[in-house]
Amino acid sequence: MTVEIPKEKWTGQVREVTIGATAEDGGTRTHTLTIGGESTLPFLNFEGNIPHRPALAIEIRDRKPDDWSPLLMETWGEAMESPAAWAKAAEEAGADMIYLVLSIKNADGEENTPENTRRVVREVLDATGLPLAVVGPGQADVDNELLVPVAEEAQGERILLGICEEGNYRTIVATAMANNHLVQSKTPMDVNLSKQLVILISDMGMPLERIVMDPTTGALGYGMEYGYSVMERLRLAALQGDTMTQQPMLVDPGAEAWKVKESKVGEGVPESWGDWRNRALEWEALTAATLVQSGANLLILRHPQTLKRVKAMIDALLASAS
Amino acid sequence: MALSGLEIYKLLPQTNCKDCGYPTCLAFAMKLAAKQAKLKDCPHISDEAAEKLASASAPPIHLVELRGEDGKVEVGNETVMYRHEKTFFHKPGLFLRVRDDEDLEALKAKVAEADAFSVDYVGIDLYLDGFAVEAASGNADSFKKTVAAVIAVSKKPLILIAAEPDLAKAGLEATEGSRPLLYAANAENWEAMADIAKNADVPLVVHAENLDDMADLTKKLQDKGLEDLVLDPAAGGHLQSLHAFTNLRLLALKSNFRPLGFPIISFPGAQDGADETLLAAQHIAKYGGFIVIEKFDPSSLYPLLVLRQNIYTDPQKPIQVQPGIYEINNPTEDSPLMVTTNFSITYFAIANEIEGTGRPGWLLVADAEGMSVLTAWAAGKFDAERIAKDAKAFGAEDKVKHKKIILPGHVSVLSGELEEELPGWEIMVGPREAVDIGSYLKAMWQE
Repeated sequence: MTVEIPKEKWTGQVREVTIGATAEDGGTRTHTLTIGGESTLPFLNFEGNIPHRPALAIEIRDRKPDDWSPLLMETWGEAMESPAAWAKAAEEAGADMIYLVLSIKNADGEENTPENTRRVVREVLDATGLPLAVVGPGQADVDNELLVPVAEEAQGERILLGICEEGNYRTIVATAMANNHLVQSKTPMDVNLSKQLVILISDMGMPLERIVMDPTTGALGYGMEYGYSVMERLRLAALQGDTMTQQPMLVDPGAEAWKVKESKVGEGVPESWGDWRNRALEWEALTAATLVQSGANLLILRHPQTLKRVKAMIDALLASAS
Repeated sequence: MALSGLEIYKLLPQTNCKDCGYPTCLAFAMKLAAKQAKLKDCPHISDEAAEKLASASAPPIHLVELRGEDGKVEVGNETVMYRHEKTFFHKPGLFLRVRDDEDLEALKAKVAEADAFSVDYVGIDLYLDGFAVEAASGNADSFKKTVAAVIAVSKKPLILIAAEPDLAKAGLEATEGSRPLLYAANAENWEAMADIAKNADVPLVVHAENLDDMADLTKKLQDKGLEDLVLDPAAGGHLQSLHAFTNLRLLALKSNFRPLGFPIISFPGAQDGADETLLAAQHIAKYGGFIVIEKFDPSSLYPLLVLRQNIYTDPQKPIQVQPGIYEINNPTEDSPLMVTTNFSITYFAIANEIEGTGRPGWLLVADAEGMSVLTAWAAGKFDAERIAKDAKAFGAEDKVKHKKIILPGHVSVLSGELEEELPGWEIMVGPREAVDIGSYLKAMWQE
């Protein structure tokens, strides 16, 4: 019996977005990172093309974080003492991009300053040839104060700036446009809100080829399924030709997975949760791997072991189907 | 595809003989369409019409049920490609593989431990569904003995992995009274396996290297009268299984292709070098039915079971808890009053955290239609008005005398409005994440 597989005919495709600029394009990156471009659902290459693989970035901070899991402190060790060393270690671990998160206060509890963030961004750019994202601490006035000098310092490097949210995107978009960077737009798990913010940003004159869309995710067990389904719906809409949903999708399973109790804490939890170290690593890896299945184009991770595992999974999913 | 009452009526004899118990053929047709009557109640229907009706009314993916002495697993009956289109109905069964060439006492101990494994996730009890016992020794007596040993320590449903008909028979002798899944019929042994499965009335796995051969085999087995089949498309890795499982789901739902409308069994840890948890996770998200794992490790099993729970949660009905003011660790009128939403995951994360601090507290769970704090806030379901209304309705004033209320850090923007809504109350802003509640209370709350 010959079985005829029904195929979907998609009319749309995800937009290609390139982060980073090499010397040729006025930057200093050793290579660029292009995501998106697919005209089919994740890894269903019998229905369309998948020109670029999902990319994996490692999150680093402008200073050693106070509240990260000891398991992360242990694995990055001394590299966490300097953003440059941390970025280098992330590159050695196989990251496709560095995702630098600025802190609201320095180690002594004083406000972070534009001078400091400029210096950190310069150091990171000098330490690694990888494309870079820089995002603020998530408080509108501080984000704007820190990100404008960052955008100027990194002029020409086509970095990804964020995070643009509905309540605060104008300053970030303006400085990204003035300095030829890209932006991350983030909305709380809702198809229409995602679309709407992309429209607002593009209405300011930002080309769609420079917007990466973050539909927001929860960790495994903490609402991940909402984000998962929003991503599936956004991707289906994109393939059906809804142009404002065609941005590549960025998600941050690293930050989400490492803040839940299952990964953060080793004591005072039920015995049936099993070995802490393995459970914590599984938590990040399963969150990330599942979001790869729902269409993530760029994932931010924290642990190098997760990077390795998810990378191997993506390799397997993109191998020629022989 | 479901047929309408009128479409069914056209296939009936239209004699209004009443032998089915209904006054007219049309009335019977309407009951059939509503799935309140069975086709076999009509004694006069033609074979051709019966086949048409049966295939039109059967679910596109057959429901297969396994039973142990205690407990059952149902897989199949799925109706959508993506969970947001409706929901995924029957969670894939997770089974642990054991082999009859393992040391019997060690095996019993392993099975007993895995059988007892249970973990509480937001009030839901998560556990392994059963065991897959493999006749690895090739010896019928040894297999029968091992199956009996597993049954002696676990009442959960079983899968019997026995490629030779003699071994299958031996295994089934030990499982009388339950309903295991028999693995597997292939192009060589299918006739003998079909007879054995039919006699024992157990579902049978069909193993084939490609979908064409698979459809040939299921057809032959159906012709022999077997209805409960499970497919093993022999898809090893991530890509092959994603393609094979997706194609099977597409065939069942889009083409209504009966020969392959059955649940799928997979062995994500069977290949050398496989990342078992990540492949099992893929099979949970993408169309797996029975998932047989090789290693029992709670720290991997717990996240997998949570993932399964998440993916199979009905997206139309978030799991909610009853709004109200909850008591944690016997609070007094001096204990802190914190507020959150009635999304169950949010509630449990926070309640567990407060409980873990050992400090007493009140938790006001506002009616946010089952959404998490940020989502509810974005959707306008968790605003100052709602919080104030519920605080009053559930009697916050009578519970605490300090007149302080602690907001989730993520909605600190609400504090101004809440002050207006709750005159005389002090609005405090708590941490953004549940995990930080302990250090927050330590720093900010003195009784």
